Amino acid sequence: MASVTATDTIATADTLHVESPARRAWRRLRRRKGAMVGFGIIVVFILLAVLAPWIAPDDPLKQSWSLVRKAPSAAHWFGTDEVGRDLLSRVIYGARASLSAGIISVGIALCIGVPLGIIAGYLGGWVDALISRITDAMLATPFLILAIALAAFLGPSLTNAMIAIGITATPIFIRLTRGQVMAVKVEDYIEAARAVGNPKWRIALFHILPNILPPLLVQATLALAAAIIAEAALSFLGLGQQPPAPSWGSMLNSAQRFLTNAPWMAIWPGVAIFLAVLSFNLLGDGLRDALDPKER
Amino acid sequence: MLPFLGRRLLQLIPTLFFVSIIIFGLQQLLPGDPALIMAGEDRDPEVIAQIRAQYRLDQPIPVQYVYWMKGVLSGDLGESMRIKQPVLDLVLEKLPVTAQLAAMAIVIALVIGVGAGIVSAVYKDTWLDYGANIFALWGISTPNFWLGILLIFLFSVQLGWLPASGYVRPSEDFSASMASTIMPAFVLGNAIAAILMRHTRGAMLQVLSSDYVRTARAKGLLERSVVLKHAMRNALTPVITLGALELGTLLSGAVLTEQIFTIPGFGKLIVDAVFNRDYAVVQGVVLVTATAYIILNLLADLAYVMVNPRLRG
Repeated sequence: MASVTATDTIATADTLHVESPARRAWRRLRRRKGAMVGFGIIVVFILLAVLAPWIAPDDPLKQSWSLVRKAPSAAHWFGTDEVGRDLLSRVIYGARASLSAGIISVGIALCIGVPLGIIAGYLGGWVDALISRITDAMLATPFLILAIALAAFLGPSLTNAMIAIGITATPIFIRLTRGQVMAVKVEDYIEAARAVGNPKWRIALFHILPNILPPLLVQATLALAAAIIAEAALSFLGLGQQPPAPSWGSMLNSAQRFLTNAPWMAIWPGVAIFLAVLSFNLLGDGLRDALDPKER
Repeated sequence: MLPFLGRRLLQLIPTLFFVSIIIFGLQQLLPGDPALIMAGEDRDPEVIAQIRAQYRLDQPIPVQYVYWMKGVLSGDLGESMRIKQPVLDLVLEKLPVTAQLAAMAIVIALVIGVGAGIVSAVYKDTWLDYGANIFALWGISTPNFWLGILLIFLFSVQLGWLPASGYVRPSEDFSASMASTIMPAFVLGNAIAAILMRHTRGAMLQVLSSDYVRTARAKGLLERSVVLKHAMRNALTPVITLGALELGTLLSGAVLTEQIFTIPGFGKLIVDAVFNRDYAVVQGVVLVTATAYIILNLLADLAYVMVNPRLRG
């Protein structure tokens, strides 16, 4: 009996040794139906965005005065808009603006927020105090109001909207990274890395950063959902993607004026935003559980 | 309590200082000559000269900041280029409208969010729980401007029950005021209800598994009494203070909601100012919003400490 237990223990240890943290997280994530549904929807949206020129049934910018505000039909599954453009094609192309806005703005937030968070958490002292107070100040201004103000002063365009959303999302990553670094930097392995003479930048980059990645990944996924809504909101207000380029937010803006005689114009872009945001929220929630060390 | 309050008030000073720098710094993002851009289409040299003098644009940036800050501290947030009215007057004029909307939204959020959270925790792992969780996901993932459009389509265009836009003050006609604000308030409250539901569910689950609840059940109390009297009171304390932190969501949401329902509040003021390139108004609204948000957060912190004697230190 004892030998069986020992063998089992060795086998289990081997299995644990072989399975990388990423593989273990993926295994746990696959068990979560909601997360996998979210992941599936995201893959579909990415495919739509990448393959838009081949999938879209029509040119998203082509106007036709004989097709103005036509209800959904076999020829135009989602109907047409106020200048006769095919709505399905515009929703498909709109995925490009939304996804790129989400990815680029969260990328900006990560690129600025994570290094500043590491510097604040690792160095401490007046550097930490300065970065933390600026972070507090940015967090003190409601997300969308700061994004609108930034986009207004930078000028209306998709690029400026992405910059505005990215900057506005940065303080969350600074605060999260700082907190994680402060928790990790007192661990023995960091002490050991310091004892063998590693420079600070090397400890930060190769010893601290890999160990704080899981919560950052979860936050980045949830921030993607917030960034997609923010881009749609800015485009809805006319501060993001400029017409005639397709964007879900600006499509909803024009749909508002034709609610009485063309309600379908308001349905599809909204469904697209809802599904995109929902999928990132589902994946984010699933990742949080899958990457939680307490969950076994 | 007083030392805590003092500490928190001291912490506010650097935060407010950096907020002011960020808001002042927005002006520096304008491409080209700020005076020309701020003048908009009005290229009258006199107007441009007036803007230069008003904002001291010929002075170094730190000097400009000091003058701007002096003005802010004495209640002068600048003047609207378009309406030719002090920004502070405009803000104060619009504030009651947004406050009414926000108050109604909070009530809706509390009723739906807390109610759904309690039901979800009490009936954990049943269809009621799944339904409440789906509601929360829906609330968090639905853009409020889309929800607003859908509600207008249903209740105004199709059923004709509620006005699609406009605002009536409660002092003029209370029922018309409620009719004009109930849809926007629901739109605003919806997202917060979803967040409150999640907080309430978590807090209730924790409280329901605690020893004193087990004791209450062992005494033979009715389940309704255990849930509503013993568990809910303790679970709701952190929920309400956490909910107060969602006021930022409320203020952000007001911008879009007021735009969709054409409600002349704070949010519409900032959007109109953005389109009219009325930058002093944009700065003023952001400053007042940030300050209000900081004060509300402080009050939420104080409330939390007041109900948690262990934190008073």
